[in-house]
Amino acid sequence: MSKAPPPSRKRLLNIQINGQWREDAVAPNMLLIDYLRDVAGLTGTKQGCDGGECGACTVLIDDQPRLACSTLAAQMEGRHVETVEGLAKGSRMSRLQQAFHEKLGTQCGFCTPGMIMAAEGLLRRNHDPDREEIKAALSGNLCRCTGYVKIIESVEAATASREVAQ
Amino acid sequence: MNLLPDFRFHRPETLEAAVQIKAATPDARFVAGGTDLLVNLRRGLGEPSDLIDLTAVADLAAIRRDGDALWLGAGVTLADLARHPDVVAGYPAVAEAALAVAGPTHRAAATLGGNLCQDTRCVFYNQSDWWRDGNGWCLKYKGDKCHVVVKSDRCYATYHGDVAPTLMVLDAEAVVAGPDRVRRVKIADLYRESGAEHLTLAAGEMLAAVVLPPPGGRRAAYAKARVRDSVDFPLAGVAVSLKRDGDVIADLRIAITGTNSAPLLIDTADLIGRSWDDSAAGDLALALRRKANVLRTTITGAKYRRRVMQAMARQLVGTLWDKG
Repeated sequence: MSKAPPPSRKRLLNIQINGQWREDAVAPNMLLIDYLRDVAGLTGTKQGCDGGECGACTVLIDDQPRLACSTLAAQMEGRHVETVEGLAKGSRMSRLQQAFHEKLGTQCGFCTPGMIMAAEGLLRRNHDPDREEIKAALSGNLCRCTGYVKIIESVEAATASREVAQ
Repeated sequence: MNLLPDFRFHRPETLEAAVQIKAATPDARFVAGGTDLLVNLRRGLGEPSDLIDLTAVADLAAIRRDGDALWLGAGVTLADLARHPDVVAGYPAVAEAALAVAGPTHRAAATLGGNLCQDTRCVFYNQSDWWRDGNGWCLKYKGDKCHVVVKSDRCYATYHGDVAPTLMVLDAEAVVAGPDRVRRVKIADLYRESGAEHLTLAAGEMLAAVVLPPPGGRRAAYAKARVRDSVDFPLAGVAVSLKRDGDVIADLRIAITGTNSAPLLIDTADLIGRSWDDSAAGDLALALRRKANVLRTTITGAKYRRRVMQAMARQLVGTLWDKG
């Protein structure tokens, strides 16, 4: 006689991703990064150290940059999560993305989505950050290619273009 | 990293409900920001039957005036703590300590309660399953032998929280909620010097809030030494609060972290009523050496951590003394 399967522990999760509400059944032990990449199909968010040390998986949760690798999907009930895919309007890159492109803020590209989301969080609460504020905001994001100078210059360029746009 | 173990997930909306779930499931662990617990679980450090998520408990996330004291909910994130106007104005050292924790993405998630109750750390413990298995496990988890102090009967993993020592020198109290009662204890009494069971909370209890008494003319500051200026845990950390009365020390409290299995207050009774000079600094160094027990629990050598701890304490007291 075969045993009955154990009762499912999945919960229904209501979550807004890049402006769109979704409803998915998620297991209690599913991490936000796995939910974003494997369930929502948004693979722009990268899995780096996978232990909260490198910042590659940085996403915005209600406008605050946070680590998707050390957050449970089930904790995101009713929250608004934004990934790098949510920044471009159609084929038009956001100011930050454009600035990273033009100022060579990206090399291998693995840290870039996390860098851009951490910088996006900064620019939303501080329209005109100085160099030290940019460095502080990106201090949890590691990059093994650029040496950081080009990344900081990219964020500065995005700040300047924002001023012009206003 | 491993997959997370299988667990049941609870998301209570009140403190009472959270405490009741905990009382009914003794193996359950509380989770909020997840920056300590989830990372550890992914390294195979623990297999809780249940996780109780506290991020939906609105009461826990409040900072409010409580008479002339300041009430800090345990669910307040470190980012919110560091920028709250009442904290910045009345207790700048608490904001300073909160800002010294990890990086900005951690502080946006990590909570005050989680920071105070964070697990102890050790170079033989914060490793992968595979690594620890190859090393014969250790006394803190799954094993029966401490690799730091061989033949010891207790674990020497180190407490590396940044916020606790600052709260201790400001004489803060913890509000602890249990299934039957709510009690208050001094922050120092939340801890015991034992790496494997460093928290004194009973099985059904949780840390609900911290209450800061009025500063009463004390100036305080926190300093930490770390490998990189961002992200890292303290190799050693020192919090000092000082009240100067003319040319004498009217009140002096010092607490250290990153050195022992618990954050510890230093005995400063000999220094009260004296002026801050070389002889007082020498006596302080002696008191620090008596209390601190820095062992090889980090990659960085113990000798450096011991010396930098003493140097930071001397420098902080001097700075606060000069401010008057």
